[in-house]
Amino acid sequence: MSKRIDVKDLDIYYGDFHAVKDVTMTIEPRSVTAFIGPSGCGKSTFLRTLNRMHEVIPGGRVDGEVLMDGENLYGRNVDPVDVRRQVGMVFQRPNPFPTMSIKENVLAGVRLNSRRLSSAAADELAEKALRGANLWNEVKDRLDKPGSGLSGGQQQRLCIARAIAIQPEVLLMDEPCSALDPISTLAIEDLINDLKADYTVVIVTHNMQQAARVSDRTGFFNLEATGRPGELVEFDTTQAIFNNPSQRATEDYISGRFG
Amino acid sequence: MNAPAPTKRSRTGTVRRPGDLAFSGASLGSAVLILLILAGVAFFLVMEALPALTAPGEEISGGEGFFHYVWPLVFGTVVASLIAMLLGTPVAIGIALFVSHYAPRRLGSAIGFVIDLLAAVPSVVFGMWGMAVFAPRLVPLYDWLDEHAGWVPFFGDASATGRTLMTASIVLAVMILPIVTSVSREVFLQTPRLHEEAALALGATKWEMIRTAVLPFGMPGVIGGTMLGLGRALGETMAVAIILSTGPFTWNLLGSGNSTIPAEIALNFPEASGLRLSELIAAGLVLFVITLAVNLFARWIVDRRAEFSGAN
Ligand SMILES: Nc1ncnc2c1ncn2[C@@H]1O[C@H](COP(=O)(O)OP(=O)(O)O)[C@@H](O)[C@H]1O
Ligand SMILES: [Mg+2]
Repeated sequence: MSKRIDVKDLDIYYGDFHAVKDVTMTIEPRSVTAFIGPSGCGKSTFLRTLNRMHEVIPGGRVDGEVLMDGENLYGRNVDPVDVRRQVGMVFQRPNPFPTMSIKENVLAGVRLNSRRLSSAAADELAEKALRGANLWNEVKDRLDKPGSGLSGGQQQRLCIARAIAIQPEVLLMDEPCSALDPISTLAIEDLINDLKADYTVVIVTHNMQQAARVSDRTGFFNLEATGRPGELVEFDTTQAIFNNPSQRATEDYISGRFG
Repeated sequence: MNAPAPTKRSRTGTVRRPGDLAFSGASLGSAVLILLILAGVAFFLVMEALPALTAPGEEISGGEGFFHYVWPLVFGTVVASLIAMLLGTPVAIGIALFVSHYAPRRLGSAIGFVIDLLAAVPSVVFGMWGMAVFAPRLVPLYDWLDEHAGWVPFFGDASATGRTLMTASIVLAVMILPIVTSVSREVFLQTPRLHEEAALALGATKWEMIRTAVLPFGMPGVIGGTMLGLGRALGETMAVAIILSTGPFTWNLLGSGNSTIPAEIALNFPEASGLRLSELIAAGLVLFVITLAVNLFARWIVDRRAEFSGAN
């Protein structure tokens, strides 16, 4: 598990609108990569191109390459459905399926991958994923209750459990804590730290302290002016980005927020 | 500073604003009015039906009591409505899904518009079309069914005119299509984008996404729409009265015979008087009870899953 991603000259569009321009970067396996930047600069847009969720939006298209262990995700014969089975995603707002129990939520992706699960195997898998998401102890007595009855932070960890239950190579998270209280946020940050042992983790966050706390490498996105495409200004180790950024814009952004 | 709005405190100490009071009064009034109307209808039906229900058996049409008189009508009504629902609902769900999730937006709204137009076609027109155009074309199908699936008790000798309970059921299916379709389309369109994306991000194909996110989310609405359609089918008078060449009870849905409560009432009401009139009204009472039972059943189904509805 866990693969490396090389993005080459990626341009991203919504119809005629050029949203993100010319991104090139390498995302290392078994590490946490964070994206920061002012809102509207294309962090979510870029993240969604890594599992081909961008093209789900009418008019969404890209130009360029995203290579996962050398294989282009946008290659001619690549099925986006297969890409998404390898690159899991956690959204900004927790979105467990309201019509399913906690356990069925965890197993939702596994059930899609068609093979029939014996009930013992299903139980085992659900437990493993929930343990992996640090949620098992809190929900083990109510696995058959609806997932929507959990707190926001628990719901978000349920979504993480659902994503890791299909054993993806890469886990994308788009501001996973922005709807959560500080304690739940801490729980998720701890979890991200554990996850990087097994997965390539990519996280978008509007919270710079969070990026500093959880990530190994950080990318700073910015846009010159509204209506202009967002771009990757600087991409380096988190250490370097926060302590001695090479770009003026990065420094302004970081010090502006901290100061 | 504005002067504070005049307020009154209730016994529990909560502030009661005039607007709220007026609104809650009005909505309470409407609710009570509905109940009164319903109770009034029920009362009327029971009072007028009583003579037929209490009369000695030999005075009722058929000579063997009200129950013996009414059950074939109940059978016809329920069977025709069930077949209409079984045939109509899957098609309606299919159209609704196509419009909400597959068709390009323009095409989708065009189809939606056409389906809504279907709802505006008067039932007499459906009845005439069903009798004159549709019924004769179904005869070959009925012959085929009789020949190849004749062991099914519902498929017997086919009528030469096609004016059978089966034809009536199929036309009813077309008639309930618009309401079931438009309710379903509405709820499918309301599926939160968030849940659809959750499914897609797990590697669902479009159809799998629909199965995991859209259909379960829309199910209570679809059931509601189906019940509206079933209500329409149960109560449909003109179309059935025109299409069906009514007759005594038979299991064979492909031959003439059978009738439904609304058709029976419509065909006989004008000349009825005295006990016969009371009989027809009693039949109406039975229909009322069936409709009520169907709605309670649907409500029960929806409530049973309320915890998982996503409304919390
Ligand atoms: N569904 C969409 N359709 C058209 N434009 C969009 C859509 N989503 C986002 N955008 C535009 O793309 C740009 C980047 O947005 P986004 O990726 O959401 O930024 P961020 O996540 O960094 O706040 C913005 O200008 C935004 O208006
Ligand atoms: Mg965003």
